Amino acid sequence: MDPNSLTFIFLNAALINNFVLALFLGLCPFLGVSAKKETAWNMGLATMFVMLVSSISAYGINWILVKFEIEFLRLICYIAVIASAVQLVEMTVKKFSPALFRALGIFLPLITTNCAILGLALFQTFREYDFFQSLAFSTGAGVGFTIALMLMAGLREKLELAKLPTVSQGAAMGLMLAGLLSLAFMGFAGLGGSHA
Amino acid sequence: MSVLPNKQEKVTLDTFMRGLWEENPVFVMLLGLCPVLAVTNSTMNAIAMGLATLFVLVASSTLVSLLRKMIPKQVRIATYIIIIATFVTIVDYVIQAISLDLYNALGAFIQLIVANCVILGRAEAYASKQKVGVSVINAIGMGTGFTIALLCLGTVRELLGAGTILGVQIFSSNFEPWVVMILPPGGFFVLGAWLLLFDYLKQRKEQKLLNAEGAVANGS
Repeated sequence: MDPNSLTFIFLNAALINNFVLALFLGLCPFLGVSAKKETAWNMGLATMFVMLVSSISAYGINWILVKFEIEFLRLICYIAVIASAVQLVEMTVKKFSPALFRALGIFLPLITTNCAILGLALFQTFREYDFFQSLAFSTGAGVGFTIALMLMAGLREKLELAKLPTVSQGAAMGLMLAGLLSLAFMGFAGLGGSHA
Repeated sequence: MSVLPNKQEKVTLDTFMRGLWEENPVFVMLLGLCPVLAVTNSTMNAIAMGLATLFVLVASSTLVSLLRKMIPKQVRIATYIIIIATFVTIVDYVIQAISLDLYNALGAFIQLIVANCVILGRAEAYASKQKVGVSVINAIGMGTGFTIALLCLGTVRELLGAGTILGVQIFSSNFEPWVVMILPPGGFFVLGAWLLLFDYLKQRKEQKLLNAEGAVANGS
């Protein structure tokens, strides 16, 4: 597959180099809100949405920065833009769909500190993706994040029924599970991507 | 973080030591896990990342603490993030100037220090309420604790995954490296194993305390 085709970029971000399980981005929500499938699904959707919005804004910002040759301000601009994008998304959702707003609840503001969003913006700049490639990349990353979160939530719901020694309950077991999931996702490396 | 006091604190050894063990950002509070797992596939990367985070943590804590009376409450988080982002940009360029190899190995994770919740957490919960001296010492403690945690993971992963530490061969050439330890799953497994060890130690200590109390109660 051509490494610059939209399909490849999408699959690469979603499966081969899954943001959570291969690149370790966004671990806090991954371990924090994966206790129930329903909250995991809502969190996944919210993140996907913010990823798309901030990817588009980051693309625009980078264009301006390159134009004026002030790339050293990139990091500061990105983080400010992401924070305001999250705020904007929150207000829009609240105005137009109160039901969705209630469903997402606390998760929306939490997304600001999710390093997967900033990572996405930085990666797409480093790899010099054009506009449509950035779109494919951010959708893929969002889908991959949701998949990882849902799988983890499913596993943890099952785990509650299992008898564990008291020592291994809690975070340690969650990390072991994540390790197994990550091991499984390494199988996708055969699709043609390298770890980058 | 519920135990953090709101009133002014005096500088004690505890201010520094708390970050190392009792409130270790990685092993106890489980904060800032992304860089912990992502860059610890070799000891060198772990040290560099730890030092970079330490610097940003100390510098931003100092500035936040100095400006704590001038920052309006409504925009404090945005201000903290801008302060942190400034220092991260500095670190980013410094590492690029010192060693390009290291810079390429760490990749985007230097810039992602901005999104490390340990730093924002310190700024919000500690530096914005305490005097400069206290918050600097606390930040140094926290940063050292973070670096030690990174080293714990980095050495184990490099030793098992490549048979070396800092590039020096430790095991004989007959050793078959566990390549999986350097790959992403290894990060999860090693951190999980460390947490298991600490949980076990904590549990044993509590059990001992309980037994001792029981003995005292029986004796009287």
